[in-house]
Amino acid sequence: MDDLIQEFLTETAENLNALDQDIVRLEQNPNDTDLIGRIFRLVHTVKGTCGFLGLPRLEKVAHHSENIMGRYREGSLKVTEKSVSVILESFDRIKVIVAGIAATGAEPAGDDSALIAKLDAIYEGKEAAPTAKAEAKNEMNPPVQEAPDSAKNQAAAHAQAAMEEKTLRVSVDVLENLMTTVSELVLSRNQILQILRTQTDSPFAAPLQRLNLVVSELQESVMQTRMQPIGNAWSKLPRIIRDISVELGKKINLEMRGNETELDRQVLELIKDPLTHMVRNSADHGVESPAERQAAGKDEEGTVLLNAFHEGGHIIIEISDDGRGLNSDKIRKKALEKGVATEEQLKAMTDQQVQQFIFAAGFSTADKITAVSGRGVGMDVVRTNIEKIGGTVEMKSVWTKGTTFTIKIPLTLAIVSALIVEVGAERFAIPQISVRELVRLSSSGENKLEEIHGTPVMRLRDRLLPLVSLRKILKLEDVQSEESKARNKQVIVAQVGANTFGIIVDRVFDTEEIVVKPVSPILKNLRLFSGNTILGDGSVIMILDPNGIANAVGNMAAVEAESGKKSEKDRVMSDADRKTSLLIFKAGAGAPRAVPLSLVSRLEEFDVKKIEVSGSQKVVQYRGKLMPLVPFQANMALKAQGNQPVLVFSDGERSMGLMVDEIVDIIEERIDVQITAENNRGLLGSAILHGQAMDVVDVGYFLSAAHNDWFGSKGKAGFEQEGGQKKILLVDDSPFFRNMLSPMLGIAGYQVISSSSAQEALALCNDGEKFDIIISDIEMPGMNGYDFARKVKANDSKWKDVPLVALSSHATAHDLDRGKEAGFNDYVAKFDRDALLLSIAQIGEAA
Amino acid sequence: MTTGIKGVVSGGTKEFLTMTVAGQLFGIPVLQVQDVLGERKVTKVPLAPKEVAGSLNLRGRIVTAISLRHMLCMDGSSRDAKTMYIVVDHQGELYSLIVDSVGEVLSLPDRDFENTPATIDHSWRELALGIYRLKDQLLVILDVPAMLEKLYVRDENAA
Repeated sequence: MDDLIQEFLTETAENLNALDQDIVRLEQNPNDTDLIGRIFRLVHTVKGTCGFLGLPRLEKVAHHSENIMGRYREGSLKVTEKSVSVILESFDRIKVIVAGIAATGAEPAGDDSALIAKLDAIYEGKEAAPTAKAEAKNEMNPPVQEAPDSAKNQAAAHAQAAMEEKTLRVSVDVLENLMTTVSELVLSRNQILQILRTQTDSPFAAPLQRLNLVVSELQESVMQTRMQPIGNAWSKLPRIIRDISVELGKKINLEMRGNETELDRQVLELIKDPLTHMVRNSADHGVESPAERQAAGKDEEGTVLLNAFHEGGHIIIEISDDGRGLNSDKIRKKALEKGVATEEQLKAMTDQQVQQFIFAAGFSTADKITAVSGRGVGMDVVRTNIEKIGGTVEMKSVWTKGTTFTIKIPLTLAIVSALIVEVGAERFAIPQISVRELVRLSSSGENKLEEIHGTPVMRLRDRLLPLVSLRKILKLEDVQSEESKARNKQVIVAQVGANTFGIIVDRVFDTEEIVVKPVSPILKNLRLFSGNTILGDGSVIMILDPNGIANAVGNMAAVEAESGKKSEKDRVMSDADRKTSLLIFKAGAGAPRAVPLSLVSRLEEFDVKKIEVSGSQKVVQYRGKLMPLVPFQANMALKAQGNQPVLVFSDGERSMGLMVDEIVDIIEERIDVQITAENNRGLLGSAILHGQAMDVVDVGYFLSAAHNDWFGSKGKAGFEQEGGQKKILLVDDSPFFRNMLSPMLGIAGYQVISSSSAQEALALCNDGEKFDIIISDIEMPGMNGYDFARKVKANDSKWKDVPLVALSSHATAHDLDRGKEAGFNDYVAKFDRDALLLSIAQIGEAA
Repeated sequence: MTTGIKGVVSGGTKEFLTMTVAGQLFGIPVLQVQDVLGERKVTKVPLAPKEVAGSLNLRGRIVTAISLRHMLCMDGSSRDAKTMYIVVDHQGELYSLIVDSVGEVLSLPDRDFENTPATIDHSWRELALGIYRLKDQLLVILDVPAMLEKLYVRDENAA
């Protein structure tokens, strides 16, 4: 018999048993809407599956009883004893038919028209025909209208018995136990085999080989108990597609391939809903109406294709349609409208990137992209659900050609592939899914560990990668000698959400399939571990949680992308007492200089022979482009040979290099800058750092020296058209940021007034000062930014219409929401100069 | 107390497994003991409370090893002593108590039992159920569930 039918029978038998009980209870509580709903769903399920399996007789009976349940549900029909009797009769009929299918594999012949007539009579509101009464009395032994001979009943009974024997309900605990025991057996076998290898001519060789095979088979079978064909999750889809096509007048053909592909039951349950959602989307929004399709030169009938297959320890599920695809232009427009991205950003994006917006939270749930093409409703939920189980979703869409979603999910949640690493004498497992790549630290060249004063960073292709020492965060001994041994270390580039960071480990062994076990309750608070496991050699090993690591080293958001060099330690510190990571260098005469590390993109050394002169400007070929080099001091003596150390500042496509004599250190200090005289160009002022006076560099000055339009291109353009300078109020308790941002905003064409606290700013408000934009820090002593925003946006405030931009080192989605809630119009990461200027420009234009 | 009285005691008896840590004799109710293990590899758990010595593998189950020495704030290292593990079950989780040596199972009459003297160090008092007067020494009965609960609590506080 067909597996599918077999399964249907098991399921239906269970459902019917439940139905009998429910309907009897319904008779007693005719107003229990939950109960009615449940019965309706059960009957509906039976009906739906029948339709799919091609069991017309069963479907018909189920359909007509479902109709009645439908009216019950609406409340337009009263639950009466008589009607319930007829429904029960119909259930009994279903049982007889099901038994027939179980016995012969096909629907038994028979005529249900009398029963259906009765059902319809009730449906139409007439009480059941008198015959129903008589039958209801012996409902436990229902008459089978088509010659109910006892032999047939017996056959059915036998068949049912046989069916029940074939499947057995086993509690998951028992299976888990079995799995554990088998794992242990496998371990023991491995050990024995290991011993055997050292012995020649062992009399155990042959029996052990056999044992080996048997154990492998056993292991496989036990694994099998958890596996189910993906077809189970798909069984409802044909109906959904059919409903949609009827409803929308489309012609849709659902093709399903790889039904038998098996995956872990737990995973199956979790992907069922996202999958249904996506298929519905494909049919609803992807496939066009027959007329549209014809006009586009396509076959009238659209196709939604589901394809599941195994690929390297993962299950790949593809959902594709040959519909209209995603219209990138419309998404662009929508993204702009929603403020998800700026025009500049959108311009730089490929269609593919733009299409990914449909996964953005709230992108189209609130508002469809257009009335016709609203693909993306709840896609963020779909993605979240799939990512929860360690899977990924990708989408490719070609306008007018169709869309393909590719879901990649692990075979099972219990077993994950993990990288085994060593730090000190301890080994740890890191889930492979969050590992991007492995980099060996070398003493020279690109992959050099530039760890200075506890803030390790590494250059990885075109960005600085913040590094986290596993040894340090796990507080393993021997921290001192770490730096000296740095050269043999490996860096695991891990990705958590949008943040990428490197984890320094001593050694990387291999990947191993591990069974994740939860940690003991007394260790639950160690967020760095997601579980523990037993390796093939029998040793226990802790599983690292990259999420936990990211959290442990602070909010990684500030370390992201272009400005990605703020160290984790610094992040933690700046929360506590606002220390800033500063890069200390020597250049020309005078004290060492300091520049916020967060502004530096890279540290480079160029061979002086490679430095060329173009016009009056020194340039160097850098990553296929010419990068201007600016000496820190015009009269600074530059090296005649060897390598010239350069601090590289980048901004999108543009870079500039600041030539210095020597990079000294990276320190973390609270800085308090005192503005120096005007004539000291290029410096913000001096500060006492590390007990020494140092000049703090005004990066903006050098940036504009290298590119005259550095700040202007984006910020200024929009403003000069407006005419007149916009007035900005900058509220930040840190003098350093005030001093850094004021000139920068000044260069961009704004008039800046700064204020060192929220209270001070509110005083200005009371004095009747007017501003076009207010930029405020979040973490401030006294009144914080959120409270400030609430005050500013309060109804009685003079400033309630002034746009507010939050500036913070926290820029996670949560902070963003909180900021918006408090009344901020935008929320920008503190070091994201571009984002700040863009945000101001946009808000300025809108105002 | 004399041995003579022991035999004629009318009250019940209880069975305890004895163990030593830093020379002190301890006992736990024998029914709480799942297993006694000899020397084996323990994986350290970084950042864990100092009482947690690590985890070990007992027939495919991961057992958290608790150092009784640390738990009871006792001095000395167990380096020269042989390490033994007494595996106990607490709320479905396995824990193993690290001790220097495991003694025998004693059946002790209830009348030899006394409550923990109030003068004893606080850290001991809350972890001890009471004391049995043995012939030549005193046996401190440990409250294993209380001991593990204490670790739970401490852990939450640390968070």
